[in-house]
Amino acid sequence: MSELPPYATTGQRAWYYSFRVLCGLIFLFLIAPILIILPLSFNSQPYFSFTNEMLAFKPEGYSTRWYWDILKNGMAAPEATEGWFSDMWANAQWVRAIKNSFLIGIPATLLATGLGTLAAVGLSRSEMPFKKLIMSILISPMIIPLVIIGASMFFFFSNDFNVVNWFIDGAQPPSSRWQLSYTYAGLILAHAALGTPFVVITVTATLSSFDQSLVRAAQSMGAGPIRTFFQVQMPLILPGVISGALFAFITSFDEVVVMLQMATAEQRTIPRQMFSGIREQISPTILAVATIMVFISILLLTTVELLRRRSERMRGMSPQ
Amino acid sequence: MVDQTAPVVTGTRPEPAAQKPSGPLVAADGTPLKRRLDQAMRVSRWRAFGLVAPLLAFILAVLIIPIIIFMGRGAYNPVYAERMPASTEAILAWDGNSPVTEEMAAAMVADLVVAREDKTIGKVATRVNQELSGTRSMFTSTARKAQKIEPPFLEGLIDANKKWASIETWQAIRVAATSVTPAYYLAALDFKYSGDGSVSRQHEDRRIHVTLFLRTLEIAAIVTLGALVLGYPVAWLLANLQARHANLLLILVLLPFWTSILVRTTAWIAMLQGQGVVNDLMVFSGANDVVLQIALIFNEYKDLTVTSLCANDVNGVMSGGEKALQSLSGQAEDGRTSCAASMVSAFQAGGAQAGVAEAERLAEQSKSWGFGDERFSLIYNKLGTLIAMIHILMPFMILPLYSVMKTIPPTYLRAAKSLGASNWTAFWRVYFPNTISGIGAGGLLVFILAIGYYITPALVGGQDGQMISNFIDFHMRRSLNWSLAAALGGVLLIFVMFLYWIYDRVVGIDKMKLG
Amino acid sequence: MKLKTLLLGAAAAAVAAGSAIAEESITVVSWGGAYTKSQVEAYHKPWMANTGNKIISEDYNGGLAEVKAQVEAGNVTWDIVDVELSDAIRGCDEGLFEEIDHDSLPAGADGTPAKEDFIGLALHDCAVANIVWSTIFAYDSSVMPEGPTTIGDFFDLAKFPGKRGLRKSPKANLEMALSADGVPADKIYEVLSTPEGVDRAFAMLDKIKSEVVWWEAGAQPPQLLADGEVVLTTAYNGRIFNAIAGEDKPFVIVWDAQVFDVDLWAIPKGAPNKDLALDFLKFSTATEQLAAQAAWISYGPARLSSNALVASYHSKPDLDMKPHMPTAPANFKTAIANGFEFWADNQDELNERFNTWLAAN
Repeated sequence: MSELPPYATTGQRAWYYSFRVLCGLIFLFLIAPILIILPLSFNSQPYFSFTNEMLAFKPEGYSTRWYWDILKNGMAAPEATEGWFSDMWANAQWVRAIKNSFLIGIPATLLATGLGTLAAVGLSRSEMPFKKLIMSILISPMIIPLVIIGASMFFFFSNDFNVVNWFIDGAQPPSSRWQLSYTYAGLILAHAALGTPFVVITVTATLSSFDQSLVRAAQSMGAGPIRTFFQVQMPLILPGVISGALFAFITSFDEVVVMLQMATAEQRTIPRQMFSGIREQISPTILAVATIMVFISILLLTTVELLRRRSERMRGMSPQ
Repeated sequence: MVDQTAPVVTGTRPEPAAQKPSGPLVAADGTPLKRRLDQAMRVSRWRAFGLVAPLLAFILAVLIIPIIIFMGRGAYNPVYAERMPASTEAILAWDGNSPVTEEMAAAMVADLVVAREDKTIGKVATRVNQELSGTRSMFTSTARKAQKIEPPFLEGLIDANKKWASIETWQAIRVAATSVTPAYYLAALDFKYSGDGSVSRQHEDRRIHVTLFLRTLEIAAIVTLGALVLGYPVAWLLANLQARHANLLLILVLLPFWTSILVRTTAWIAMLQGQGVVNDLMVFSGANDVVLQIALIFNEYKDLTVTSLCANDVNGVMSGGEKALQSLSGQAEDGRTSCAASMVSAFQAGGAQAGVAEAERLAEQSKSWGFGDERFSLIYNKLGTLIAMIHILMPFMILPLYSVMKTIPPTYLRAAKSLGASNWTAFWRVYFPNTISGIGAGGLLVFILAIGYYITPALVGGQDGQMISNFIDFHMRRSLNWSLAAALGGVLLIFVMFLYWIYDRVVGIDKMKLG
Repeated sequence: MKLKTLLLGAAAAAVAAGSAIAEESITVVSWGGAYTKSQVEAYHKPWMANTGNKIISEDYNGGLAEVKAQVEAGNVTWDIVDVELSDAIRGCDEGLFEEIDHDSLPAGADGTPAKEDFIGLALHDCAVANIVWSTIFAYDSSVMPEGPTTIGDFFDLAKFPGKRGLRKSPKANLEMALSADGVPADKIYEVLSTPEGVDRAFAMLDKIKSEVVWWEAGAQPPQLLADGEVVLTTAYNGRIFNAIAGEDKPFVIVWDAQVFDVDLWAIPKGAPNKDLALDFLKFSTATEQLAAQAAWISYGPARLSSNALVASYHSKPDLDMKPHMPTAPANFKTAIANGFEFWADNQDELNERFNTWLAAN
């Protein structure tokens, strides 16, 4: 299939080319929607569609107003120049959403990566007991419908976690209650849980090609388990760990269902803000945000691809 | 933490220890080697488990336990019993069919007085109202008067609100008073649990959940099939191209995978909406006419879900006459639809009558040929949900297929052909069976993810593209019937767990890969 | 290391964002779009200028879910919220809202005590109304110069073919359906209370079901009309008015069988800044503020004394607002008062029936 032999018959040729065309169409299906938002986000009209001016490539059909709107939306007085920046930083809805996305996504990623990597190292040991059962529990956040996860966590996080209160009868004043619902901590925990399966899967996959005799070699030379882990194992599985971390981050960065149920309006992240935008006030601002998000995706994808190739090269070097 | 004295054994078999040239079956310190090895194994098992334990504890604490508690909500609702203890006791003692007793009424009045003072009457009323509509105001209004009701209490209640005389009211209260109840899980399957303990099918007007579960399965199945049909050729191409080209094309598969679901859903709205890119292209190329003609073979024009600006203009002229024609003439020429243009020229040539006649001609013609500018409803319905979901979940199909196909040597096909198999036979009898494991892995993963999907149907599902997740959310955040949400979630979770189990049997959870 | 720097940066940013909000600030939650805009102009800005306090404005889509979740979790983040009447009643019964002492409300500008100054439905144990709004239907006059005039026309596919927009909720739809079927305004809820009446309303909706585009947020119907996706749509009257007055859209409002309702301010139980919220409530429901709001959106003030002060649209001095109010006599002839008690009682069941009806093809 990969190339057409010179002796191919007409029928084979026809099939060869029509198959290529078919595949081309499927690739178009995959990629066209993502590309189409780029020009549309520069629409000067408040529509999701191409205007006649745009199709005629007239400059007045295009504008960057929706990108400005990202900065201005939600501000008390966008037209005022004084204190513009601090007002934007404090009040603009999209700016706040961007802040929230990182404020929740980064701690969640760190937590998921730390716990997930440790677990993957444990799971890759052949003497690990109940491997299958534990693996299926650890992967479950990826499998269980998000609506169920969000609802369950919401109710659970609304409990009072202040142990002292448990021994006092009667209702406690809100100030003495420790709750996770509607807090950043709760959202971080939730997103960390959603991200761990990706870390576990990616790191486990890297470890599966890791030569365990290296560990034995290190230990036989007198290195303790911690030193072995950080100086022998870690450098070799690092690409997998970083890939896993990026997967965990994108999971949090893209999550909206749990946010819908567990976050206040002030805690909205970018996708949550987009969700409201699509449902309530369709404007090309969403397309502008989407375009920026596509570039972030390209950045993350490139990083992961480079890491994957690096790790493949390293695997090639390690004695098999 | 590190036990330096214990020999570290990493293999499952005890060979490494045998390297120690010690006496037969006795370790250096004199203990039997077997026991010593067992000890070492235990230590290293615990060490491995210790690495996994933090994450396991974390997942159990923030996910598994909350889910189990939430599922419990679907069978346990103590709202009534907690706030109305006396009447709960009296009503549960009642058989559900015999006439209402004075004791029940007395307990009810006593509870109502307390609930009114505590301001909990609204919660109680809402709970009973879930079982029988209209009882909300009965509770709140009676509670306001409860202080003044005097014996005989039953008559007092009936005086306050005549609904108290109906046995159905009391049966509904009985259902609400039962804290541990199968009512919600039964309701999730369209059955009704009555006050006397009997179970019957829900009234036809309210049977919705089974339909929804079936639709959810249907959508998930179509999405899986669609992703397979579209993903298979792509995976094949990727697996059979030169590595350099394949890597480049792989990016095209991975980019959507890494792009936010919200972004992709937004993109599909821009693509598929009435004035969207796909419809624009179809109108521009005339493909919409072709599609319309095919659709007209199976349907009448009025049954088609199309929008046509031409139709709007024609209808406007048919109902508005001359005024409408004048207003159309006033519009800029390049902004007019083709129908408007022909009606305006008829109007200018032959007056209002000619204009209306032209409109009638166009309307008549549309019955068999359409107006020519029909745009199809591709989104905000089931079709839109399907297209967007196939796009979003396709990478989950392509990647497992690709990794399986990469391992199939191309010599298989060549061998089959050199033995005389036709292209098709070689593919179907030799290649395809080798990809079954990839189809299983991808198909099950896509199906599992599709069955619990929420965002895409919520945004582009319209009326007939809603799935069960959307209803769970509706009951969570709109109707506030949390127990029903839990019960629906429980049923959904059973489906998902069953599929997960199959996935483990067929593919193996540890074989799951990302890219 | 990079991650750490980023994290520190993000944390610092959060602290900065937190401190930028002065201690004296309240969170005001409303319905977004043109409606919130009118409140910001008429209530928020003057209140902030008067008191020096800040307001964080949030949008929501109605319903009690968020309030209930916050109150039951004991973690209330909203200070004051704009609710529909049936939700105000239900929320009050369930103890979700603070009670409000009506005697503490300021008297009208003309000296009328608050209790007499507010219109009938406006004062509730836990909530005080600010506006009267209504669900109407509208069309684009450039598409249909001789448009529909009665609610019957809305349900008449033969006379006015084409797609229709309807809110994805039984509220107002059932009332309009019965009205189109010939039930007089004052008998609507009597009929709806019987199973046959509900069947009758759904039978009417069945007639147009195949042509309906369902909307959920108030901002959608003007967009649907402008895009030509529908030829007729129900909508909140203020949204259509703003498209006409603010964006010069050729839309026409049909007032026949309008379903009017009030929107009220309510304070969630345990609101973090209850006293400030109460101060804001009193300020914003004063005669002048209610009248000022009417310059931004065509919703009627809930105080009688405000009517005299209602002037013209903020950006068009010669556009008198009075004839565009739901309560204007010419618009009010066939108006249906939203049956809040009926909906508080029956919305669970009718929602269920409505959803089942929608799901069945």
